[in-house]
Amino acid sequence: MDSPSVSTQKPSLLLRLWRNQEHRSIAIQIITMVILFSLLGMIGNNVATNLEKAGKEFSFGFLNYPAGYDITFQPFISYSPTDTHTRAAIVGILNTLLVAVSGVIIATILGFTMGILRLSSNWLVNRIVYVFLEFTRNVPVLLHILFVYGIFLYTLPVPKKAISISDTVFLTNRGFYTPAPVFEDGFNYVLTSILIAILIVFFFKRWAYKVQDTTGKIYPVFTISITILIGLPLLTFFFSGAPLSWEMPALKGFNFKGGTSIKPEYIALTFALAYYTACFIAEIVRGGILAISKGQSEAAHGLGLRPNRTLQLIVIPQALRVIIPPLCSQYLNLTKNSSLAIAIGYMDVVATIGGITLMQTGKEMETMIIVLLTYLFFSLVISAFMNWFNRKMALVER
Amino acid sequence: MPGTHPDMPPPVKTTGPVAWVRQNLFSSPLNTVLTLLSIWFLWSIIPPFLDWAFVNSIWTAGNRQECWDQMASPALGACWAFIENRFSLFTYGFYPGHLHWRVNVSFILLVFALIPLLYEKLPYRKYGLIYSAVFPFITGWLLVGGYGLESVDTDKFGGIMLTLILGVTGISFSLPIGIMLALGRQSNMPVLRILCVLFIEFIRGVPLITLLFVASTMLNYFLPPGTVFDLLTRVLIIVTLFASAYMAEVIRGGLQAITKGQHEAGDSLGLTYWQANRLIILPQALKISIPGIVNTFIGLYKDTTLVLIIGMLDLLGLGDASLADAQWAGLANEIYIFVALFFFLTCFGMSRYSIYLEKKLHTGH
Repeated sequence: MDSPSVSTQKPSLLLRLWRNQEHRSIAIQIITMVILFSLLGMIGNNVATNLEKAGKEFSFGFLNYPAGYDITFQPFISYSPTDTHTRAAIVGILNTLLVAVSGVIIATILGFTMGILRLSSNWLVNRIVYVFLEFTRNVPVLLHILFVYGIFLYTLPVPKKAISISDTVFLTNRGFYTPAPVFEDGFNYVLTSILIAILIVFFFKRWAYKVQDTTGKIYPVFTISITILIGLPLLTFFFSGAPLSWEMPALKGFNFKGGTSIKPEYIALTFALAYYTACFIAEIVRGGILAISKGQSEAAHGLGLRPNRTLQLIVIPQALRVIIPPLCSQYLNLTKNSSLAIAIGYMDVVATIGGITLMQTGKEMETMIIVLLTYLFFSLVISAFMNWFNRKMALVER
Repeated sequence: MPGTHPDMPPPVKTTGPVAWVRQNLFSSPLNTVLTLLSIWFLWSIIPPFLDWAFVNSIWTAGNRQECWDQMASPALGACWAFIENRFSLFTYGFYPGHLHWRVNVSFILLVFALIPLLYEKLPYRKYGLIYSAVFPFITGWLLVGGYGLESVDTDKFGGIMLTLILGVTGISFSLPIGIMLALGRQSNMPVLRILCVLFIEFIRGVPLITLLFVASTMLNYFLPPGTVFDLLTRVLIIVTLFASAYMAEVIRGGLQAITKGQHEAGDSLGLTYWQANRLIILPQALKISIPGIVNTFIGLYKDTTLVLIIGMLDLLGLGDASLADAQWAGLANEIYIFVALFFFLTCFGMSRYSIYLEKKLHTGH
């Protein structure tokens, strides 16, 4: 029990303020701000003194100097050692994007296939996919990348003894060589016809749905669309005199010349990232399809929908709602994991500006800031896109 | 009249092995094709692998040449002698030989620290948990030395030992920090909330490898001149912070699943913010988020291999570096399979335990 002397005496002002929830919350926030800013100030001060001691200054001027190192893989823009560090960074960013985009596409296809196989009623198929998934998911992705790259390096032959697939594609430990397309004058017609085909499909779809709404007649929209999309460009191609020829790779000296060469680093990185991520996607797909109650497909069957219409109209749209959010984070993971490129010497953004440029110029702060901002930008763009897609697919409640 | 009708054929069996095979392997033409393809696939993969890994393998040899000399033709089988020969290196890294006992004691202490965490029915579990909480500090002292023990430079750490140090430290510190960040993100104080959101989203938006580069190249610029952290400490800090951000998001999912009534019930009982969280909110939220928490643990544990890129030699790093050793060059498959098996066993164990825990804690309907 409190003694009477305490109950008559008011507690000090500070204590009273502290006991009021609102005031306390303001006080905590002010204290946090003070600590944060003094910490930031201290770090800023430390950075300044440390940089001065090391005889460096904080500036991005080095970006305009010639980089002086070679990048072996530059499929989009040309680059030579005399170009600037900025251009090297752009080549690196494009290489990162290339791995991310091709990895995401392959991972999605593989992941959906494995997820559906995992639901197969065939016991043997089910088990094989299960064992593969569990093993792959529980082993670090870096090990997968090194392993796949090791297979390319150690088991594929040198260019002189290349494995050739009907003399057009050559597999060697220095990369895969495929014929390169050479576009001739008339190829513009083909490109135009592709655009026209897309437009036709777009309007045909709208017309077909309108007809379905008014008369109930259903056209095989998918089959017709595919026929138009493939058929029209193909017809144009042959009528304009096949304006495309192939440049064959040929062995000259110690290596292949001509054709398109795909570096083993790129293939190993993309393939390893894709199948690793696909294993996670497979589980997401399986979970998403299982989350749709059986009553939904039974109701669809009860309404007289055929199995493939049930899948297309009832199960998949609902499953996608469950699948998309975790799928988005897997895409983000794949993009971020592409930074492991540096382990096998693929020149992505970390290896170019965050690796060699950093070593050459000694600008740790500046280069790391560029790399971090690049990845933050990618992450924000991907999650913004996926959020938009998610909103589009979300359940519209009445 | 009985006996005049012809007997009906017996119904198709629905039980027994034949029925099982018919139902699960040959129920439709497509399934039959898939089954046959699978059998062909297994037949072309498994026997050659078993031949390579066991029948033709060599378990004792001094170097690769000796190994291959014992086979009918070079590289016909696995040369496990390589792993055996390097086993001490793969376990202890470059830790001084006469001090290996300290690592061994740490391994044993780790096992004893795990027991109270994993078995709920252990008698006197409370004291066990206290031990588990102080375990990282005891082991830290034991491994680094000082205060009466001969000190060892942390750049001598390597192999399984380093992998476990990174994994255990990251796991044990990321959970409390993650809980704090998640509570901060749910807080009604805007300053705290914005700070937590910024921190979490920044960490989750960049790859771990760039943060490790920051740790290895940039972090020393942030510290007062003269202070030098060794690389291991810097990496441990970064790995823990990295895992905390992911942990915070997982726990936030659990917190969001707790209905408002639970908070209100806590308030009406007169509990303070911390009491309500400790007694009502967090036990429920953490229970829901167990699968996510364990997945984050597994992810962190696998990500510890990334330190090889900044030059620390964990198990994978040492394995990869041994490939360049002239005596054993070219035995990539053996080493990768060994490392993969190590990670698979530990990660698979963790995920199985999480499934068991989830079932046990499932007290709903």
